[in-house]
Amino acid sequence: MDLRFTPEETAFRDEVRAFLRTALPEPIRRKMVEGRRLAKDDLLSWQRILNDKGWAVPHWPVEWGGTGWSPVCEYIYREELQQAPAPDPLPFGVNMVGPVIIAFGSEAQKRRFLPRIANLDDWWCQGFSEPEAGSDLASLRTAARRDGDHYVVNGQKTWTTLAQYADWIFCLVRTNPAAKKQEGISFLLIDMKTPGITVRPITTIDGGKEVNEVFFDDVRVPMENRVGAENKGWDYTKFLLGNERTGIARVGVSKARLRRLREIAALERLGDKPLIEDERFRIKIAALEVELKALEMTQLRVVAAERRNGNRPDPKSSILKIKGSEIQQAVSELLMEAIGPYALPDHVPHEQDERWNEPPVGPDWAAGLAAQYFNMRKVSIYGGSNEIQKNIIAKAILGL
Amino acid sequence: MDFELSEEQRLLKDSVERLLADRYDFSARQRFMHEPAGFSRELWRQYAELGLLGLPFAEDDGGIGGGPVETMIVMEAFGRALALEPYFATVVLAGGFLRLGASAAMRASLIPQIVSGDLLLAFAHAERQSRYDLADVATIARKDGSNYIVDGAKTLVIHGDCADKLVVSARVAGAQRDCSGLGLFVVDAGAAGVTRRPYPTVDGLRAAEVALAGVRVGADAVIGEPGNAWELITQVVDAATAALAAEAVGAMAAMHELTVEYLKTRKQFGVPIGAFQVLQHRAADMLIALEQARSMCLLATMSADDSDILERRKAIAATKVQIGRSGRLVGQQAIQLHGGIGMTMEHKVGHYFKRVVITGTLFGDADHHLVELARMGGLIAAT
Repeated sequence: MDLRFTPEETAFRDEVRAFLRTALPEPIRRKMVEGRRLAKDDLLSWQRILNDKGWAVPHWPVEWGGTGWSPVCEYIYREELQQAPAPDPLPFGVNMVGPVIIAFGSEAQKRRFLPRIANLDDWWCQGFSEPEAGSDLASLRTAARRDGDHYVVNGQKTWTTLAQYADWIFCLVRTNPAAKKQEGISFLLIDMKTPGITVRPITTIDGGKEVNEVFFDDVRVPMENRVGAENKGWDYTKFLLGNERTGIARVGVSKARLRRLREIAALERLGDKPLIEDERFRIKIAALEVELKALEMTQLRVVAAERRNGNRPDPKSSILKIKGSEIQQAVSELLMEAIGPYALPDHVPHEQDERWNEPPVGPDWAAGLAAQYFNMRKVSIYGGSNEIQKNIIAKAILGL
Repeated sequence: MDFELSEEQRLLKDSVERLLADRYDFSARQRFMHEPAGFSRELWRQYAELGLLGLPFAEDDGGIGGGPVETMIVMEAFGRALALEPYFATVVLAGGFLRLGASAAMRASLIPQIVSGDLLLAFAHAERQSRYDLADVATIARKDGSNYIVDGAKTLVIHGDCADKLVVSARVAGAQRDCSGLGLFVVDAGAAGVTRRPYPTVDGLRAAEVALAGVRVGADAVIGEPGNAWELITQVVDAATAALAAEAVGAMAAMHELTVEYLKTRKQFGVPIGAFQVLQHRAADMLIALEQARSMCLLATMSADDSDILERRKAIAATKVQIGRSGRLVGQQAIQLHGGIGMTMEHKVGHYFKRVVITGTLFGDADHHLVELARMGGLIAAT
């Protein structure tokens, strides 16, 4: 038993750090540190920097651009990325539809889509949730009816993150309304430029416009854009959801945010001294750091077990999701508390907003922290709510 | 990075668990509790035969040469069994002082007796006013020729009732809460001037209040250099805290298993109560708390030997915070989910609960260690 990395792993970590120091554009890093929203171009250019380096899709098979790293090296890479802090690669392509295409797609689909995902030439979004299908995803109703060598899709998806930028959407659609709900679903790849698709933004409580409704009105999708077999989409969905494993803890992200919290608490004043010298506040930070340390160790245990079990998903990843989201929320809460009354001014940082270039009210470091706190409430809801994760723990681990 | 046990460590784990499974069911424990010493002398001999009593001591001193991982394995198994024997007091705690601080002559004379099961020890350190401050020692050791004369009162000495010898901390210099000026002395429990008041503790173990009035200690009974004991005390207590964390994890895991089993078997409204989602989620919360505690126990175990003292102290403090909090959550929910039967002395779950609560307070509760951790600058530095 040994917590230390091997010399090879340490050398790898240093290599990643050195790369990030030179390759991560400073304006993007500053935005990440300050918790400001990234523009579409930020994500595009960063993904291409990673792809030029050959590190865009490390977890993919080597023939499709993967690096063949061990689970520990993948973990180190992700941690270093998050702590830099660099933007997480857009998950919809590299973590979601990419692995599904690799596992179940046709050769033609692989050749057509995978290189463009790795380079973010195609921006993907996720068409899963519907107004009446949230946690009960399999009850989805968006229908695809066969018409010659096409499907005709009608229905509505919602909570579609960054659909406003998307070139493609991967969609769960009902192809057999008569079958049991899990057995009549197919997995379609749909070009967002197809006639009949309408995207309507949803403004979230933080003022952000990152999610959308997507409407399908007689949208014609070629049969060749179905992944795998008809009516087997639920199997691929379970694969996709099980694929999100240790990354969901986002330990590196929370570490970077806690560092930022200490910086801000050193700048804010409480009476005659910096806030960071207030014992009550330090104790709150320390309590969160303990939780985060425990989560980091739990994550390492899951990574180590993955290595032993030949990369099979571990139901313990539900623990990572629950604790990881709780900690992200708690850190965002302390960041907002740290700026005290300067939670008040509303910062609406959309590029489209006319106030985009105005200087913030109050200290620079306070801008957007309240919005971030409100925005972070989402992390215990998306990707299988924390209550659903507890159901998974109760069934898959405890046998209840 | 590796969380695997070695082949020898797996064998150790199997043999300890097998012995305890065979000999230490709940009814046996209740019997042992009522033996004169409050534990099983017979099991103590078995531990000696199995080599457990020599586990952490160097081979040159007559031990097995195990490290923190071996101690973790044994303590976790003891936690599962709710073992009553003075392993923590004798081998981990007082043994730690001998192992890391005693002269070759003292090691040669005492360690073989521990290993053979013939010598019980206890650490007499806490005092009425000291709460969790390890430096707060009012007991005085006055130099008298080559001897020391020790005067003071020690409290809550775990297994101090049965110990043959006590490792006593006393001040040779400095003010009452100074880190410097502390010394450690090995005192015969039967020495002139030592009076003990034994009593049972809420977790089913035993302890004693120890009064020291003009107790004469020879130069050969001094551990290390009097006045400079602080580093050794923190080192041994940190290692002991890691061991306590392992015991707590063993007890928490057992409580969680009992509770899940109960949810599957107890029927109300015509169904097993585990069919109710509100109870499923409680059981999931317990598992999360347990796994987080286990993670920190591993961190503490692997940090117990860290040569960077500040890093070690931070890791141990953070672990104690997690163990304290997880222990309360797991224990309280275990009782709640068992309902009325969990409130009774006849069910095992309440005994686990009580032991876990006490491991949570020994050497500092979660609040104490949170303050300590915050004072040490926390775990993550600003950039």
